[in-house]
Amino acid sequence: MAIAESCVDAVVMEMVAVYCGGLYAAKPELAARRIEAIGFQVGHQLSERYTMERPRFSDHLEAIKFICKDFWSELFKKQIDNLKTNHRGTFVLQDNRFRWLTRVSLDPYTENTDSTENDSAALGDTAAQTTTMLLYFPCGLIRGALTNLGIPCSVSADMSNLPACSFVVRIKT
Amino acid sequence: MPPAPKSGDALFASVDRVNAELFTLTYGAIVRQLLTDLEEVEEVNKQLDQMGYNIGTRLVDEFLAKSNVSRCVDFKETADVIAKLGFKMFLGVTATVTNWDAEGTSCSLVLEDNPLVDFVELPDTCQGLQYCNLLSGVIRGALEMVSMKTEVTWVRDMLRGDDAYEMRVKLIKQVPEEYPYKDDD
Repeated sequence: MAIAESCVDAVVMEMVAVYCGGLYAAKPELAARRIEAIGFQVGHQLSERYTMERPRFSDHLEAIKFICKDFWSELFKKQIDNLKTNHRGTFVLQDNRFRWLTRVSLDPYTENTDSTENDSAALGDTAAQTTTMLLYFPCGLIRGALTNLGIPCSVSADMSNLPACSFVVRIKT
Repeated sequence: MPPAPKSGDALFASVDRVNAELFTLTYGAIVRQLLTDLEEVEEVNKQLDQMGYNIGTRLVDEFLAKSNVSRCVDFKETADVIAKLGFKMFLGVTATVTNWDAEGTSCSLVLEDNPLVDFVELPDTCQGLQYCNLLSGVIRGALEMVSMKTEVTWVRDMLRGDDAYEMRVKLIKQVPEEYPYKDDD
């Protein structure tokens, strides 16, 4: 069954807004943990479903490749563009045009081009914060998926080259 | 001449689509997290409705832009547009409009397929949970953006043992649009 992509985007954005705005406005670190936890649960369930009919992955790299190709394609209809590793348990997955960043974070800038400099600086700040919070969701998705595949890890996001986004996976040994 | 309104199928074919699983599981995970954080089921119901409202106020723009629907002559037409085009464009399903009252201001939308609830089973501790409140909120929010204040409530819910998903949409009042807009505001 298919639905409009905008439904997924809308629900994810609204969830982030609820946790950052109302529920944990004063406690961003708690909001971040909740958003990551929601992503974790979804990633865990999805990877269970997507791997039901496959043989077990022979090593970490195979599992990471599954995330980059199949898992990412199911979610975002494209693959991860670049994968790097230090061969010591750290993997960097780069998406050159991460959908949730292209649709979201840039809106406040474009809508307020005529506001004063101070205003846009403040707005830019809020937008950056929202983006940072938003990224806890895909980090959770990846961590949940890998955990379900028997690979405990931590995942963080680097968005220094918008709208590209890198997810850094550190496998726990 | 403005372009003719699209059919539901054409409309759904014209939007970017994804597998519904991501949506369904994400919504389920949000509800579960909210139950943990808010503790009271009634608070979760309110939060879901509010989230839906906020989403509806935004999605209505996308709907109007893509559907080529022009102003509805009455609330009956509005209900049909929601059921046949709105639901179809976003969720890929249609609803049936039924049970009109004599005044033509309240009706039921009945869903046979509801993508929100795949894989969902409510535990005994959540019996008061209105799991689908997001949907009713979306309709309320979307209609408010086109000047209709409504009340949308669930009267049948398969998660609670009923035989269908039915929401009651009641038009409270038509808010007159402020017109003409002033240019120098």
